[in-house]
Amino acid sequence: MKLGYYPGCSLNGTAKEFNSSLKEVFAALNVDLEELNDWSCCGATSAHVTSHILSVALPARNLLIAKKQGLNELLAPCAACYSRLVSSQQELKLDEKMRMKVEDLLEEKVTNGLQIINLIQIFQKIGLDKLKEKKQVDISKIKAACYYGCLLVRPVDIALPDDMESPDSMEAIIKSIGGKTVDWNFKTECCGAAHSIAHTDIVEKLCKGIIDNAQKHGADVIIVACPMCHSNLDMRQLNIIKHYPDHKPIPVLYLSQLVGLSMGIDEKKLGLGVHYISTKPLLEKIKSDALPTEVKKEVPAPPVSNDKIKKGVEA
Amino acid sequence: MKIGVFVCHCGENIGRTVNCPEVSKACASFPGVVHSEDYKYMCSDPGQNLIKQAIREKHLDAVVVGSCSPHMHEKTFRKACASAGINSYMVEIANLREHCSWIHEDINQATKKAIDLMRFAVERVKFNQPLETIKVPVTKRSLVIGGGISGIQAALDIANAGFEVVLVEKEPSIGGHMSQLSETFPTLDCSQCILTPRMVEVYQHPKIKLLSYSEVEHVEGFIGNFKVTIRRKAKSVKEELCTGCGLCAEKCPIKKKALSEFDEGLSNRPAIYVPFPQAVPNVPVIDRSVCTYFKTGKCEMCKKVCGREAIDFTQQDTFVTEDVGSIIVATGYKLYSIDKKPEDSIYKGYGEYGYGKFKNVINGLQFERIASASGPTSGEMLRPSDKTVPKKIVFIQCVGSRDESKGFSYCSKICCMYTAKHAMLYKHKVHDGEAYVFYMDIRSGGKNYEEFVRRAIEEDHVNYIRGRVSRIYEEDGKLIVKGEDTIAGLPVVIEADLVVLATAMIAQQEAPKLAQTLNISYDKYGYFQEAHPKLRPVETNTGGVFLAGACHSPRDIPESVAMGSAAAAKSLVLFGADMLEREPIIAKVDATTCAGCFYCQKVCAYNAIEKKEIRDRLGNLQKVVAFVNSGLCQGCGTCNATCPSKSIELIGFKDDQIFAQINAFAEV
Amino acid sequence: MKNLKAKDFKQKLIAITSQDPAQCYQCGKCSAGCPVRDFAEAPPNRVVRYVQLGLYDKAMTSPTIWLCAGCQTCTSRCPQEFDLAKFMDAVRELAIAYGVKSADKKTQEFHEAFLKQIENFGRAYELGMLIDYKLKSKDFFQDVDLAPSTFSKGKLSLLPHNVKGKQQIKKIFKESGEVKK
Repeated sequence: MKLGYYPGCSLNGTAKEFNSSLKEVFAALNVDLEELNDWSCCGATSAHVTSHILSVALPARNLLIAKKQGLNELLAPCAACYSRLVSSQQELKLDEKMRMKVEDLLEEKVTNGLQIINLIQIFQKIGLDKLKEKKQVDISKIKAACYYGCLLVRPVDIALPDDMESPDSMEAIIKSIGGKTVDWNFKTECCGAAHSIAHTDIVEKLCKGIIDNAQKHGADVIIVACPMCHSNLDMRQLNIIKHYPDHKPIPVLYLSQLVGLSMGIDEKKLGLGVHYISTKPLLEKIKSDALPTEVKKEVPAPPVSNDKIKKGVEA
Repeated sequence: MKIGVFVCHCGENIGRTVNCPEVSKACASFPGVVHSEDYKYMCSDPGQNLIKQAIREKHLDAVVVGSCSPHMHEKTFRKACASAGINSYMVEIANLREHCSWIHEDINQATKKAIDLMRFAVERVKFNQPLETIKVPVTKRSLVIGGGISGIQAALDIANAGFEVVLVEKEPSIGGHMSQLSETFPTLDCSQCILTPRMVEVYQHPKIKLLSYSEVEHVEGFIGNFKVTIRRKAKSVKEELCTGCGLCAEKCPIKKKALSEFDEGLSNRPAIYVPFPQAVPNVPVIDRSVCTYFKTGKCEMCKKVCGREAIDFTQQDTFVTEDVGSIIVATGYKLYSIDKKPEDSIYKGYGEYGYGKFKNVINGLQFERIASASGPTSGEMLRPSDKTVPKKIVFIQCVGSRDESKGFSYCSKICCMYTAKHAMLYKHKVHDGEAYVFYMDIRSGGKNYEEFVRRAIEEDHVNYIRGRVSRIYEEDGKLIVKGEDTIAGLPVVIEADLVVLATAMIAQQEAPKLAQTLNISYDKYGYFQEAHPKLRPVETNTGGVFLAGACHSPRDIPESVAMGSAAAAKSLVLFGADMLEREPIIAKVDATTCAGCFYCQKVCAYNAIEKKEIRDRLGNLQKVVAFVNSGLCQGCGTCNATCPSKSIELIGFKDDQIFAQINAFAEV
Repeated sequence: MKNLKAKDFKQKLIAITSQDPAQCYQCGKCSAGCPVRDFAEAPPNRVVRYVQLGLYDKAMTSPTIWLCAGCQTCTSRCPQEFDLAKFMDAVRELAIAYGVKSADKKTQEFHEAFLKQIENFGRAYELGMLIDYKLKSKDFFQDVDLAPSTFSKGKLSLLPHNVKGKQQIKKIFKESGEVKK
């Protein structure tokens, strides 16, 4: 199988472990990735929050390159890039004025027919049976909380064909490689995304909520498929640790890293050493010969003292 | 032919933009017109007298009135003419108001158009023929479909007026949703206490034939003369032998496999069961999908214990036909569920409220069962998951209703009231409990309704929060309800023990199918359509078929009862005469040229085209031709337009009449 | 505050979003599910209300429009199928176009710094973006402790990657600037 590949900026920088793990996994699955020539940034959040035309035209440049390169399918592993590319494609299809403007700017005709796929979809396409076949390492000792965030499931008309409120396509992938997942409540709650730098405090609070809920439901690891979610949950956990002394760190892995682990790919090649929150305890747990820990019966929590209706910003 | 022309000013309505005296003057010169005049209100008594006088004095054969739409006063003028001695159908109306004065501004041009319209009508009336109304006999019996409170009311009203009623109910017992309710707003009187006497009355009434566990299968005929085929589903119990002792249900070993429909899934029932203790008729049925005997061929416990030998495993569905003159549809509603919906459903589920996976998120009817003394908790306020008393309860209104993204745009109308009632009932039972209601608007139009809601807020201290809830999820046995108080502009998070969703009322799933059987219209949600939203609210477009209750749109009990009585009154109007008179505007087939292709039959929306055999004197079949059933034909003209051999004419709208009009137009 | 031509604003807003704010019936479900709700003074539905009432300056100066994380939870749950995320994008875009002073300078500066790298190099150059942002926001000390480890992990490259088709990108940015005028 041959596939166009749009890594996007993050995968060349802060999310390089996403890039490397993905390449390793696809090599093992005999999928050739053909990187887009001279691709440029999709504009990410910053384009669509400030300029409509930027948010359509920047991704459009890459769509045109893909067509020129003769690609029919384009893998955009970053959830944000995926969302921007598909949104732009959609907009160009529906809004004729916009299409004409973009064609004018890029001096090229916009054509349809390019299929953009994200990480989850490509695994589904390859087939969960195939993933199962390639499984070499038992990862059943750890329990994963699949975190979809926003852009994998929203907006509903362009995102994954999965349920926006309770998606389970990532769980299905993990189950196929023999992994265990937890049922939790913050699968699609926002991590604060682009506010990471300008409003670190907000991101910190949102991530704390997400991590707490994952841990409460027994997760050993949070699995993501978006570099933004990853940097917020992984890197910003350092801030959380600083501000909440009781916080128990939890590693955050890309879906491709976990799949890679199950295939027995070298940890280093999967980039498991560049996380802010150490992945060592997790890797040790996978390797440990001890039987999987029994699911502890959850002790009912004491009645919540903060029983009054929570109102206002500070509640 | 001597034609009289009368131009009405309609006060200023026509007179303002049409120069009526000039129109009248112009008409006087049309060939055939012997009399022409204008008057301020032609429909008034003096106006009608002008017409009558002219008919008598000038011996008119036909009359053309230029006035408002024929929908308004055609009848008036026809009657006036008839009383002066000319046939009603020798009258034509030219619509000078809706078709001319109301839609134009320029007086000269409007006057010119009015003269044209008059000329078309004059040319047309020259080809009119005297017609007589059609008379059909009336079967003075009624069919009521649905034994909820609306159907019960309709059946009792008709029966008490002395006419027979066949009441068909698809469930094992009549009573409908009202029998499930605990108390009713705005008086808080016990629902079953006021309903069960009516149910018993139905059962005992000599004029009512109750067919429970039955469904309407097929309907033919027309107003006054319907023939209805009813499927009587096999109860597996001989109704005439059963005494309703209940021993069979008591001994049935299947206790947990079936969820009780009556308790909305909050309790279990045996395979052989009566839905509730006061059921009418008090005869059990066997649910074959769970019965051990029907699955394995063994058990027969019920048969063994029945002293009357009433159990009959071999029973089959049977069919009965009933002749009735009117049909009242009172099939009620269903509650929308928040469960995930199949792809092809017009509705979507509520993933943000958990798609129904949380045990302690229940709907309004389930709350009624919990609050009801006859319910699974005997009226004790206990939540489903762990049977504890909920100390904090959240009610959410407009779940489904007014939610385009879930497929609805309408307001379910009754939820504001029943939610206020629920909150009150809760506070009356759990004095130290906290009740919250999330609402968007409080719609409490109705006698003593607004006062009732104020009582909930002011006396029972129910906390009303204006805003929709975005999400509900479960954490440590509590339901986290995330909302917004849009008045204060503050976020609200409540950790609730129980959440009650005021889910929308929706049409019964089988409603479109029944509508097709009855040949009545329904809207995109499956609610049946009335003939006119204001003036004919319980009639349908099919004569003799009437609507009652929530099958038409969301209705509360008082409205359903009122509608039941209204539909009964409409039936009784029909039964007031022995023969039914109807307009002679129907299609007629010319058997000599009809080729028997039956295209007309395919296009007829009223199933009015029948097959007729033409035989010679010796009885040999010559050909089969189309024949119009004058009772069913609505005079729409579709067959007339379709017929390839031009063998169908619409009486009153014959080709020569229409062509005369068109030719007059072409002459302009 | 600039004297805004009311009609102008609303027309532009409708043109960008292809939807009329009158569609919103103010149920507040968007705010109830908004992840940044707790940090915003005016809930998102109130920003729509401002526009419905013709208080465009209030909408454009509201910090809420900059706090919006674009997560689309509101859009996907709105009972009226009103695309609030799109609405927020458009109000922000118009606020910039009208030269309204941002109530959340930090966020605006972040986005500007980010886009500047794309305009210059064609791809996001994170180090350049951070330096640019810090110069603008004067918030020099935030995250300095993260810098060494980030470098050592190889997650921040010292030099930007230059895209060859930069002319095209410059053109797109120029057009975007034109639109705003």
